[in-house]
Amino acid sequence: MGGSYAYPAVQIPPPGGSGGAWTRVGEPDERAARRSLRGQISRLERDLADAFVTAFPMGGLPQPAAVAASPRLLALGELERVRDELAQRLRSSRALIAERADEQEEKRRILERMLLEPGKYRFARISRAELGEPGCGVWQVRPRLGLIGMLMGWWQVKLSSGCPLAEGRGARAATRITA
Amino acid sequence: MTDELPLSPATGFVQDVVREEFPGLRLHWITVTASRRHSPPAIVARLSSLSNRYRGASVVAMRTKPVPQAYRAFFRQIGLDPDVRRIPSESAAVERLLHGGFRPVNLVADACLIALVETGVPVWAMDADHVDVGGLGIRTATEAERGHSEALDVWIEPGTLVVADAQTVHGLLFAELDPAHRVTGRTERVALFSVAVDGVPGIHVEEALWMCADLLA
Repeated sequence: MGGSYAYPAVQIPPPGGSGGAWTRVGEPDERAARRSLRGQISRLERDLADAFVTAFPMGGLPQPAAVAASPRLLALGELERVRDELAQRLRSSRALIAERADEQEEKRRILERMLLEPGKYRFARISRAELGEPGCGVWQVRPRLGLIGMLMGWWQVKLSSGCPLAEGRGARAATRITA
Repeated sequence: MTDELPLSPATGFVQDVVREEFPGLRLHWITVTASRRHSPPAIVARLSSLSNRYRGASVVAMRTKPVPQAYRAFFRQIGLDPDVRRIPSESAAVERLLHGGFRPVNLVADACLIALVETGVPVWAMDADHVDVGGLGIRTATEAERGHSEALDVWIEPGTLVVADAQTVHGLLFAELDPAHRVTGRTERVALFSVAVDGVPGIHVEEALWMCADLLA
C-alpha cells in the first residue's frame, strides 16, 4: 500500500471514424493503446484487491452500485473509463484506510494514557474494534471496589471478557436448552 | 485421476478479433458419456470436505491469489465489475459461506463445482447433442443475433462475447447457459468446457476438465 502509479497518457485517435468498438480493431496504434490500458486495469485490480484485504478488518470498503452489463469487447474510450473509475476507487480506498488507521492510532494513544492515568479518563470506553483488533472486548475505566473506589479515587482499566455467548451461560442457559 | 479416460481436451475456436484483443483467452472442451443423476455418497462427502476449506478470512483473501485475480482482471477488461458480478470461484465461495456448506445438486453440477473449487477454473456442462460438429468456441454476437434472447433472458448486442458453435449461441461468456442445452436426465453425452484467461496456467484448465470428467465417468 502507499505506492502510486503514473499512468501513461493514451493517444486517442481523432474523432471522425465510427464510434463502434470493432471497426478499427486492426489499427495497430489503437490496439497497442488498448493493450496498455488493459495492463493498467490489471495492475489497478491487483492493488484494489490488496486494499480490500487491508480494509476488511477495518470495516471493509463500500460496495459499488450494481449495474447490469454484458461481457463485450471494450472500445478505447470504455477501457479508459474503466481504468479511471478503478483508479478513483483505489484512491478513495486508500484514503479510507488511512483515515481509519489514523482513528485507530488515536484510540491506541488514548488507551495508553488511560492505562497510565486512569483517574483522568473516568468511565472512558474503547472497544477492541475501535483499535482494529478482533473480538468484542471493551477497555473501560472503572472504579475499584465500586462506590468506595469512586469516593477514594481508585480507578482501574479493565478489559471486558469478550463476545457474549450465543446460548447464554451457566445453569440458566442449560435449563433453557433442555426445556 | 483414472487412466481410462481416452480424452484429450479439444481447443475451441476463438474469433480472430477476440484473439487479437485477448491472446490469453481460450476455451477447452471435452465430451464424456454421462447423464444427470444423484451424486454418489463419495461425491457428497468430498463436497462436504471441500466446504471445510473455506473460512471467512480465506474468502476475503481469495482475490489476491493468482487465478482469481486473473479472472477478476479479465472481467474488468470485458466490462463486468467482479464486485457486482462475481467470478465463478468467488461466487461459489460466497454461496458456501451463505449456506454453511456446498449443497449437492446432481452429479454433473457437483462435479463442475468440485473442479472449480479445486482449481479455481470454472467448468460448464451441456448436452453434447446440442453442440455442432465444428465444436465450441468464443466469438462476438453478430448483427443478426441482436435483440432479446428468450432462451438466455438477456439482451444481446452485436459485440457481446458469447460461447457458441457454428450454429448456435449457447450462452454469454461467464454466464448461465441456454436452459434448453443443459444436461438433463435424458442426456447421454455431456460436453464439458472451460474458459481460461491470461494468467491462468494451462495445467489448471486441463486439471479442471479432467477432474470433472473423472468424477462423471
